[in-house]
Amino acid sequence: MRLAVLAALVALAAMLAGLARVGSARADERPRDRPGLRIGSKRFTESYILADIAVSVALAAGEADVSHEEGLGGTAIVFRALEEGSIDAYPEYTGTLAEAILHAPASSDLPTLRQALAPRGIEISDPLGFDNTYALAVSGALAAQRHFTNLSDLAGARDLRLGLSPEFLGRSDGFPALAARYGLSTASVQAMDHGLAYEAIARGSIDVADAYSTDAKIARYGLTLLADDRHFFPSYQAVYLYRSDAARRAPKAIAAIRALAGTMDRASIAALNAEVEIDGRTFTSVADEFIRVRTGGAGGQGSGSDASDASEASEASEASEKRPALGPGILTTIRTEGPRHLTLVGVSSFFATLVGVPLGIFAQRSRRIGRVVVGATSVLQTIPALALLCFFIPLLGTGTKPALLALFVYGLLPIVRNTVAGLDGIAPALRESALALGLGPWTRLVRIELPLASRTILAGIRTSTVIAVGGATLAAFIGAGGFGAPITTGLNLDDTNLILEGAIPAALLAVLVEGVFTLFDRTLIPKGLRLPPAAS
Amino acid sequence: MVILDGVEKRFGVRLVVSAITLTVPARASIALLGPSGCGKSTLLRLILGLLVPDRGRVSVAGTLVTPDTATRVRRQIGYVIQDGGLFPHLTARENVTLLARHLRWEKPRLEARAAELAGLVRLDAAALGRYPAELSGGERQRVGIMRALMLDPPVLLLDEPMGALDPMVRARLQRDLKRIFAELEKTVILVTHSLDEAAYLGDEVVLMRDGHIVQRGTMRDLERSDDAFTREFVDAQRGTQPSTQPAAQREPSGGASAGPDA
Repeated sequence: MRLAVLAALVALAAMLAGLARVGSARADERPRDRPGLRIGSKRFTESYILADIAVSVALAAGEADVSHEEGLGGTAIVFRALEEGSIDAYPEYTGTLAEAILHAPASSDLPTLRQALAPRGIEISDPLGFDNTYALAVSGALAAQRHFTNLSDLAGARDLRLGLSPEFLGRSDGFPALAARYGLSTASVQAMDHGLAYEAIARGSIDVADAYSTDAKIARYGLTLLADDRHFFPSYQAVYLYRSDAARRAPKAIAAIRALAGTMDRASIAALNAEVEIDGRTFTSVADEFIRVRTGGAGGQGSGSDASDASEASEASEASEKRPALGPGILTTIRTEGPRHLTLVGVSSFFATLVGVPLGIFAQRSRRIGRVVVGATSVLQTIPALALLCFFIPLLGTGTKPALLALFVYGLLPIVRNTVAGLDGIAPALRESALALGLGPWTRLVRIELPLASRTILAGIRTSTVIAVGGATLAAFIGAGGFGAPITTGLNLDDTNLILEGAIPAALLAVLVEGVFTLFDRTLIPKGLRLPPAAS
Repeated sequence: MVILDGVEKRFGVRLVVSAITLTVPARASIALLGPSGCGKSTLLRLILGLLVPDRGRVSVAGTLVTPDTATRVRRQIGYVIQDGGLFPHLTARENVTLLARHLRWEKPRLEARAAELAGLVRLDAAALGRYPAELSGGERQRVGIMRALMLDPPVLLLDEPMGALDPMVRARLQRDLKRIFAELEKTVILVTHSLDEAAYLGDEVVLMRDGHIVQRGTMRDLERSDDAFTREFVDAQRGTQPSTQPAAQREPSGGASAGPDA
């Protein structure tokens, strides 16, 4: 008994050490230790495009290693990634900075923002030239019928159904303040993802949605933007944020990004957004075209020194102009995101097993500790997976590390619970036989109890791993990649094919995991336990 | 060899074993007899150190049974339960040799001992390679007995070893057990609720009721007793089966259910 507990503790310590090693290996990728430039983006089209434009000009400026960390998450997550150095730059809006980061909506003017961010080692480019403010949109038909042109026209209209993005609903400069300023009815408001809200208006299931003023879909869905006649919304000028140390490390690239200031306008950005969302072009090709038009040169990435490189890049961008069809797209996803997804699932499930089984043994031996352990893992399990993922961001930042930790924690419960149930389920007569034989506690555990409980324990590991396959798709929301990456992008672009490119490989992987565990059952459950019960 | 001295055991408020004092000399075989719930199986668990007495002391082969000595004591005892208590994930051979392998016996010694025991309990050698689920009830019980005898312990405890067997198989096993007891000269405590089995396999019979020993003696002593419970118990079993022959044709539980607790 004491030996078993000791063994469990030693095993636990070994695992934590292993986990720490994985953690430190990840930490090596930190920006301070690596060359190159990482541009981040939030999870919407415009942010992707602006980031790709920055990547393009940085490459053209001669920076060899520039990558785009796509769709890391919402404002808080991406800003956090910049602050801790996971990324070096990303496109942002002044109003968002003032409100969401500095919690001071009044200070949205550039000098104040620059002063506030300088101590954090973050600098702000000059305005890019357009404003992407919040707005409310209604269907063109409704606007015509009810004569809605300004926000103040909505005052007191109690019959309107509003579908608003969670971020807009939650921000203090968002809907609550807007409703107070314009006297809007809050009787029928529901939270809804941006991509879904427009379709909901088109279907007639809601009347009003929040929108970005450069949104491509406003035209596509025939929506009317209502004018902010009481000047409620602050200015949301597009800018690039970048780290001061990146400006020192890659001065030419950062200078090229800063030189993008004043080169964009609302109409051209809305057009770029539409080319991606409606015409199905890739972010990169749209970004390259923007630069080609701006420079009047032969190729987006060729405005630098080497002409032959430029034409090659141009050809490549022509070839990849359109996003691939679903079939090849799935194969591409499996090739590019598969290893990452497998790593997330494999590493987290491996450690969940290494920790969960000893924890279950420990919990089963000591009833009191058992209740605490099973209770604690149950509580962790009730936290929604996405919330758990975000929970670790303040501790570990964004990316692979918090995703692995969250998936690991999430995978513990089925394993712990099944280990306890498997050991509890051993017939008392067999338990007593093992004792009466005079076997020591360790031998009883290893030779008798664990083999007898193996079927139940393996079922727990199987459940945990399948959960991890699904949970790992959510990891893309915090920038850990995997099959969730095309899903999150697809959700933002309202692109069903793109969503399926992530969803189908994830489903296939879940089926594959089931198959692998069926093989495990055959090899790991002792043969004597797989025989049909005997007739006496 | 096995000594219980004023042993008492409660489960909650219920007194299961009440101040029992019992000495079983070396090489004697006694049968613990009594209706279900009389405490006879609990007595075996106390001897094995699977339960700790609330009062009194148990010693086996001169060693006081305590949680510290329990493992050592258990290796002096062969324990056979109903249906053999075999581990389903191990073959018959692995079940039999489990403890000896744990004690790092050499392979030739393991093989020789297993073969010897298979001969003793008259088990087909091929059966040793099978899993418990592939064996008949009688074969499982014989493997259970082999496992109990593997280290050649001086003491054998058997808890209703024939309980799950059909009458013909039971009769054959009873004959084999009597032969084995005589050949090996073990100290044997056999728990049963069949009067016939007790009479056939025990030199002495100990009749228990509600955690007490009612009477100890030979079968003849029991039959002559003027204790009311003893006579009722004996008459009840005789009433359904007057023969004292071992090949009892009824289920042991049938006999016991005629007891006063039923």
